[in-house]
Amino acid sequence: MEPLVRMVGIRKTFPGIVANDNVDFELMPGEIHALLGENGAGKTTLMNILYGIYRPDSGRIYVKGKEVSINSPADAIKLGIGMVHQNFLLIDSFTVAENVALGFAKKQIRPDIEVKRRIIELGERYGLKVDPDAYVWQLSAGEKQRVEIIKALYRESDVLILDEPTSVLTPIEVNELFSTLKKLKSEGKGIVFITHKLEEVFQVADRVTVMRKGRVVGVKRRDETSKEELARMMVGREILFRVEKKEGEKGPVILEVVDLKALNDKGVLALKGVSFKVHSGEIFGIAGVAGNGQRELIEVITGLRKAISGKVLINGIDMTNRSPREIGLLGTAHIPEERVKMGIMPGMDLAENLILKKYFLPPFCRKGILDLKSIRSNAEKLKTEYDIVAPSIRVKAKFLSGGNIQRLILARELSSDPKLVIAAHPTYGLDVGATEYIRRKLVEERDKGAAVLLVSEDLEEILSLSDTIAVMYQGEIMGIGRPDEFSMEEIGLMMAGSRRMKVIS
Amino acid sequence: MNMTFYESIISTILVSGTPLLYSTLGEIYAERSGVMNLGVEGMMIMGAVTAFIVGKITGNLLLAVLTAILVGIALSLIHAFVSITMRGNQTVSGLALTMFGLGLSSVIGIKYVGSPGISFNPIRIPFLSQIPLLGPLFRMDALFYLSIILAVVMWYILFRTKIGIRIRACGENPAVADALGVNVSLIRYACTAIGGGLAGLGGAYLTTVSAPFWGDVMTTAGRGWIAIALVIFSFWSPLRAIVGAYLFGGIEAIQFNLQAYGIPTDILGMMPYIATIVVMIFSMSGMKRRFGAPAALGVPFVREER
Amino acid sequence: MRIAFVKREKAGFRRMIAVRTTAMLLALASVGMIFWFYGADPVEVYREIFLGAFGTKTGVSEVIVKLIPLLLCGVGLSLVFKGQIWNIGAEGQLILGAIAATGVGLWVPLPSYLVIPAMFLSGFLAGALWALIPAVLRAKMNVNEVITTLLMNYVAIRLLYYLVYGPWRAKEQWGNMTWSGFAQTAILPDHATLQTIPGTRIHYITLIIALTSLIFVYLLMNRTSFGYELKVVGDNLMAARFAGINISRVILISMIISGGLAGIAGVGEIAGIQHRLRPGFSVGYGYTAIIIAWLGGLNPLAVLVSTVFFSGILVGGSYIQISFGMPVGVINMFNGIILLFLLASEVFLNYSIKLRR
Repeated sequence: MEPLVRMVGIRKTFPGIVANDNVDFELMPGEIHALLGENGAGKTTLMNILYGIYRPDSGRIYVKGKEVSINSPADAIKLGIGMVHQNFLLIDSFTVAENVALGFAKKQIRPDIEVKRRIIELGERYGLKVDPDAYVWQLSAGEKQRVEIIKALYRESDVLILDEPTSVLTPIEVNELFSTLKKLKSEGKGIVFITHKLEEVFQVADRVTVMRKGRVVGVKRRDETSKEELARMMVGREILFRVEKKEGEKGPVILEVVDLKALNDKGVLALKGVSFKVHSGEIFGIAGVAGNGQRELIEVITGLRKAISGKVLINGIDMTNRSPREIGLLGTAHIPEERVKMGIMPGMDLAENLILKKYFLPPFCRKGILDLKSIRSNAEKLKTEYDIVAPSIRVKAKFLSGGNIQRLILARELSSDPKLVIAAHPTYGLDVGATEYIRRKLVEERDKGAAVLLVSEDLEEILSLSDTIAVMYQGEIMGIGRPDEFSMEEIGLMMAGSRRMKVIS
Repeated sequence: MNMTFYESIISTILVSGTPLLYSTLGEIYAERSGVMNLGVEGMMIMGAVTAFIVGKITGNLLLAVLTAILVGIALSLIHAFVSITMRGNQTVSGLALTMFGLGLSSVIGIKYVGSPGISFNPIRIPFLSQIPLLGPLFRMDALFYLSIILAVVMWYILFRTKIGIRIRACGENPAVADALGVNVSLIRYACTAIGGGLAGLGGAYLTTVSAPFWGDVMTTAGRGWIAIALVIFSFWSPLRAIVGAYLFGGIEAIQFNLQAYGIPTDILGMMPYIATIVVMIFSMSGMKRRFGAPAALGVPFVREER
Repeated sequence: MRIAFVKREKAGFRRMIAVRTTAMLLALASVGMIFWFYGADPVEVYREIFLGAFGTKTGVSEVIVKLIPLLLCGVGLSLVFKGQIWNIGAEGQLILGAIAATGVGLWVPLPSYLVIPAMFLSGFLAGALWALIPAVLRAKMNVNEVITTLLMNYVAIRLLYYLVYGPWRAKEQWGNMTWSGFAQTAILPDHATLQTIPGTRIHYITLIIALTSLIFVYLLMNRTSFGYELKVVGDNLMAARFAGINISRVILISMIISGGLAGIAGVGEIAGIQHRLRPGFSVGYGYTAIIIAWLGGLNPLAVLVSTVFFSGILVGGSYIQISFGMPVGVINMFNGIILLFLLASEVFLNYSIKLRR
């Protein structure tokens, strides 16, 4: 049997990094082929090359035996290759049908009828139920992903690439996805499944290619290998699954949230009565698929959104609906989810960014006049302390890399010895080194006696860092307790809203 | 021609509204594709002066109007080039074009101030033009009928066809559109050109129907800006633009008729502008988060390095 | 072959000068083409412009005269532009300042030595108020200030016309006949008139105010917490909210300053040059100032240099209006083209052009 896709000797570099170094990859029809590796191993780059988003510096690609040159996604689509990206390529204000219509190149004038019919047909065939007239902003992450898969299948593609598809799904939705994939496989399609999660390989893949630092470490069949072997191939050393962390010493309650209710941007109730307490010396992690009210919760606590009822108490003081500045002055640090959009001023330099929370306080400002010298020395100090890589403090923040931007934000927020640290998806999209640094810093703050509220989509991160976890679903807390008190199954059920566990305070 | 009071009011409303309608329709397409074109005023006035001069010299109305459209397109392509290809600030670019258009039209039109030009004759649609009440609607000039037809067609294209989806995608999320194979630049250029051409047409209407004279900058008197405000009022929909345009026609009609009551012309002259501001206030307060401007309006689209 | 734009670090000073100068030259060449089209020899025209502006003593003093309102408006605009608040209404704010000053100068009963200060104060307040309306709409309802400030310009012009053709029109005396005269007010009394440097029309008090405001705004922007807040608002509105900055306050205060400075420019024109209120006293200072502010950013030297340049164009422009019979609009044309070329050239400052396979 001939491979659907064969990539030979692929090499791709970006300034400073070799993303793919002489990589070979092969996909057979009727196969689910996992592409396994840590963040930054080069998996996504390789598939982006196959899909025409990048062009390789050298190497050859063969589709169904013929050598091809893929210069754009349009070329890839013509060759029968479809891709579902990590960031959904969907337009929120359009309906599902309009989004699908946008994606295909047929010369139809009025796409409505035909597109809707096909969406329903594909939905039934593969178990991907979705309402063509629904607006995308109304859909859950799982439903959005279904739309993406339908888009990829719309043109009867033979190859389907999925990039980290399960990161936004609940355990139940993951199972649904896997059964869809198996159906596709049975029709002879080839599926590439990019992941960094070992379990998934054993759940659904036939073969796995392991990549590390831009190179292929090995290709194995599922029944020929083990979790340990794959882990070793992935990382190159014995890995520790847990972060080094000693037991926390809990002190008094710093943050208390009582029956908090709030609306989201569309006027719908996003928080339906949330209550919990966070002690000093404790990392309180909130698990849950994004879009279940976590963002609104953080915004209410930090003063960026109005609560319609309920209370937020910091150090016993009622800070409900107070301004972000007052909350900050009480010793609250906020590491925002949207690093670049909210966390920094891209056009201003490091020094100016670092005093965003304190510019109106002495010694930086007296009677409205800024003290430029102390601002500069503060910046120099923090730049060294937090290891921010930049030519000088005069560099504009927009030129920093993602990891350094996060360091900048940490430096700004944590340097005033906060009593309450609120971190929203702090390691999202960062490489291994930056991720480790941030996790260490959070544990450090906890050890210094701060109360840390952590929200993350990465369940592993929550479980390994938190002293207490809570699961949020549709604006409610499904359960609170110590991580070891719950089984993975119970957590999964809570995340999907099917189970409520007793609340332990 | 003996017109009743009522007929003259309807006439005023329609004649005042039509140039606004053209410009608003054009700008709706430009903004729907993500380009903010503040040069409408400059394009309108260039269209006005071009139509006037060409009309006067050749006596050919069709040629006059077509030249005006071409001039509008040409100007808007400059805006497109500066803001799309050269990634320039769209606000400043549009303003620069307006300045340029106002200045150039002044220079070109200097010899023609005050002299009369040619104009369109009304087309009477048989039978329909005799209906009581709505009759005057069917005794209008050709460009009026065209504007209504155009509004409907443009609405249909924008909301019911595939090309309309692509245009809207460029304005909502150009990164996604680009990843899906849509040529964002081309669509933005095209929609900007449509905006410019229609603005030129709106301007041409002013000097060939509304008042076949060239009055320097007072010919447009800020109508281009009113059109931009009307785009917001119409929630970027060509059908609602009809409502907005004739609403303003109504204000001008009121303006003219209040003169008879001794209210000074200049005070009355403030009405359209103040009314526009009021309209903008209402539009903003009535806008829900979900149905606002195209999300990527005014933001240049830069594709990441391949 | 493809052209790719790659973001670059800040352009060096030399590169910036080179790019900007090239853009200017291209702009001037384009306008030159339009002149040529019109039957005028572009080289002649430019020579006239330059000589008219800088070649004679009168020319240079006139450049300073034009510099006063341009600088005042330009400084105020560079302030609000830094906050991404697009005040296109400087022209209208200037007119309101002129109106207020005329009103005070002609009719408010005050001891003579207080009249001029009162005129400046009322001019500042009038301009500030005119800017405040769109500012409030933007701050509280997010109404686009480009359009509202612009529309206010049209209202201001109408107001001016109403006053000088109507209640404020000065009656003329001829023998024992009174007739409603030209569209202008009576002449301001001496104590409501600004002194000038002898031999010139330079009303130096306003000049001093203008230069002071340049320094004041520069310090405000770079040395105060208010300036910091304004920069944050201009750079990233979400970050400003995140930091708890009172965005409304920033918008309102900066617009008040900008409008007020434009108002003072209006006072200067009336009390120092025109000595009475009449239509057309402003040749679009408020609009030209937009380009100055945009060019100069917040570098006071750059603002000053740009202002001198555009004053030169204005002065030279009025020469060629007379000698070549061109309408006032020619200045607008100039401004528009220059701005377009400058805008387009920005791309060379922010990106490097690379050829890709």
